Amino acid sequence: MNAPLPAAALDRAARQREIVAALAPVVPAHALLWQAEDTVPYECDGLTAYRQQPLVVVLPETEGQVAAVLKACHALKVPVVARGAGTGLSGGALPHALGVTLSLAKFNKILKVDAYSRTATVQCGVRNLAISEAAAPHGLYYAPDPSSQIACTIGGNVAENSGGVHCLKYGLTLHNVLRVRGFTVEGEAVEFGSLALDTPGLDLLPVVVGSEGMLAVTTEVTVKLVPKPQLARCIMASFDDIRKAGDAVAAVIAAGIIPAGLEMMDKPMTAAVEDFVHAGYDLEAQAILLCESDGTPEEVAEEIGRMLDVLAGAGATRMEVSKDEAQRLKFWSGRKNAFPASGRISPDYMCMDSTIPRKRLADILLAIAEMERKYQLRCANVFHAGDGNLHPLILFDANDPDQLHRCELFGADILETSVRLGGTVTGEHGVGVEKLNSMCVQFAPGEREQMFALKAAFDPAGLLNPGKVIPTLQRCAEYGRMHVSKGLLPFPQLERF
Amino acid sequence: MTGGEVEGEVDGTKAADPALQALIEQVRAARADGTQLDIRGGGTKAWYGEAPQGVPLDVTGLRGISSYEPTELVVTVRAGTPLAELEAALAEKGQCLPFEPPRFARNDAVGGTVGGMVAAGLAGPARAAVGGVRDYVLGATLLNGRAEVLSFGGQVMKNVAGYDVARLLAGSMGTLGVICEVSLKVLPVPVARTTLRFDVAQADALRMLNTWCGQPLPLNASAWWHGVLVLRLAGAAAAVDAAVARLGGEVVDAAMADSFWTGLRDQTDEFFIGAAQAVDGGAALWRMSVPQVAAPLVLADEQLVEWGGAQRWLISSAPADQVRAAAAAAGGHATLYRSLDKSPGVFAPLSAPLARIQRDLQTAFDPDRVFNRGRLYPER
Repeated sequence: MNAPLPAAALDRAARQREIVAALAPVVPAHALLWQAEDTVPYECDGLTAYRQQPLVVVLPETEGQVAAVLKACHALKVPVVARGAGTGLSGGALPHALGVTLSLAKFNKILKVDAYSRTATVQCGVRNLAISEAAAPHGLYYAPDPSSQIACTIGGNVAENSGGVHCLKYGLTLHNVLRVRGFTVEGEAVEFGSLALDTPGLDLLPVVVGSEGMLAVTTEVTVKLVPKPQLARCIMASFDDIRKAGDAVAAVIAAGIIPAGLEMMDKPMTAAVEDFVHAGYDLEAQAILLCESDGTPEEVAEEIGRMLDVLAGAGATRMEVSKDEAQRLKFWSGRKNAFPASGRISPDYMCMDSTIPRKRLADILLAIAEMERKYQLRCANVFHAGDGNLHPLILFDANDPDQLHRCELFGADILETSVRLGGTVTGEHGVGVEKLNSMCVQFAPGEREQMFALKAAFDPAGLLNPGKVIPTLQRCAEYGRMHVSKGLLPFPQLERF
Repeated sequence: MTGGEVEGEVDGTKAADPALQALIEQVRAARADGTQLDIRGGGTKAWYGEAPQGVPLDVTGLRGISSYEPTELVVTVRAGTPLAELEAALAEKGQCLPFEPPRFARNDAVGGTVGGMVAAGLAGPARAAVGGVRDYVLGATLLNGRAEVLSFGGQVMKNVAGYDVARLLAGSMGTLGVICEVSLKVLPVPVARTTLRFDVAQADALRMLNTWCGQPLPLNASAWWHGVLVLRLAGAAAAVDAAVARLGGEVVDAAMADSFWTGLRDQTDEFFIGAAQAVDGGAALWRMSVPQVAAPLVLADEQLVEWGGAQRWLISSAPADQVRAAAAAAGGHATLYRSLDKSPGVFAPLSAPLARIQRDLQTAFDPDRVFNRGRLYPER
């Protein structure tokens, strides 16, 4: 399998005693958990269908302790799974049965917010939104805004290369991080990137960002801060045909406009969220587009004017421009509450995360409509339309095993259709354990082997988060026969995506 | 992407491509008989990095734009395509490569290629405002040292499936393999551009730039040399006009401004002409990459400051150790960009763990070190 497990034959309890004995001298007693009742809270992340209790949980408080824990684990050849807030949706922080879960929850300090250099240096456990809150007095903010930003941490954002609703204009985590400090699997301090715009040698930052904890353990991050736009206004446009809405997205881009946000909801989703937030959405529309402009007042006035022209030309049946900040937030409230709203109309839902070229939007929607009939389940759709990232929400009842099974097949079908349309199985949630099988479809064996070799350059013994992200040849061979269950989301009230 | 069932893509098409097939054969043969290969596109950057070694591997047969969808903001282009050809195709649709890679084109030749642009990872005046080469790489097809053709990333903006190998290729100087094809994010050409000039000392220019960067202004590029700060604003016309009214300074004639920025981008302007002469005379041209807020570097030589302060060009005869120490003290590093004597090493030394990871990565992609050996760091 993916992980070399020299200890697999050892008795679990004996192995646990061995690890506790090795870690006890390097961390305070309260930072080391191994009793079952203490490690239960760590058995899953946001993908709750997958659960595994780790042998040991360790919560170091200093970088020195992180280094010592890693050294000790490396000496014992123990797998190490780093963990932030545990909000990840693909099982990236799922514990290893014979491993240590390294919680970085104690690394929660903002070390420096420097308005002059427009940077913030923070420990990895600082929440995404806390950075923007700390920067706000300087008129600055941290741009990437995954919808779980009140809970997710910057360390987790680095691990997943998180996006958000504004990344078409402002970029992903990678584009907004200057420097990642952390430790190698051997416990050696290492820095990727710097406060300068480039570093000598191979540029490892883009590999480390988005590596899902497989290459190094992050402890500290320096991010770029950008000036907060003076004004943002949003257009809500209705379309009587989903293809027209897709074409309108292309028309906006073709006109040379890069909107600050460009989101789409289909009719079932609009109905669900309107019932939940009462934002005044057009319930007759087959699709609703939210198209946002930000910048100086002059810039926004000019851009909104151009956007209205393009959307009207593309056949919008109704358009409304937010008059003030309260109305703008109201327009967004439905989009941001798509998940909790879905939770009200269905006992359970499963969220997918593929990306397709924008021009295939109508094709995937038609394919999903066909799948609704095939699998006899409903699906509501929200999209980051500007960048082609879709989040279909498949509605089902997990208490009915047959529905769960059909839901899983439905989800895999969406991912594989996305790859066939020239897209990818995950746009922002990561592969984790959830999409390992889909990786078999997206990448050829040689490509997966090259990724294993890349990991080995950082982690020769394969101890950091083993078994995630890249499926083995054997696993891909088995795919098709295997039953993979998908997860339900905890914290359903939390805004996401 | 090579699931084998991806529409109009990869294995079938590419294996049938004679230019690629020829490269695969050459790499197989080189690997078998222990030959080292020097990957060559337009040959415009042979002076950059450590000295090329080995038998040239010509990749200019991999030519042409594979797909371009202006409304997707993505172009997929084969690596041997001249950069000029790509830029012309983008310009036709009102789009561009916002990071302004230097072209090093000579009058008598086609100039640099797209593959060389990615491999060298050099960006022009707008780098600080818009990002660098790697920020625009979405996907790549690579011929590795085992003569395997592999694809990573894709043609979409948001993609976190697997490690981001495509972006790792930016600036890799060919040490991981032959870049065969890349998908790049492109952007619309800004609607409005205005260039301003201010007569100020370097320290004041740095202070002004860093202060402005913290404000919502459409700053796009900057250059300071010999007591003059030149600033380019780009974006919506209303935003540019408002910034001009606010910042003051003297508006530079548009044609003159274009010619200035082009010269800076392609490193053909007065400063770089002077640098070339100084290099011939035994001095060195250093590229110092430092935090934007770093104070003026106390090196008593000719300096050109770009990227809001983050890139400082230095023409100097000072010992390499002294230049590198100054860059490191400022929180950055210095590259021996042009020099007749490269004995101090072109790129600043790496920390021990980074040097080890880099070496092992090169081995992971190219086990026999067939490609561009020693081009980043000299190898024994």
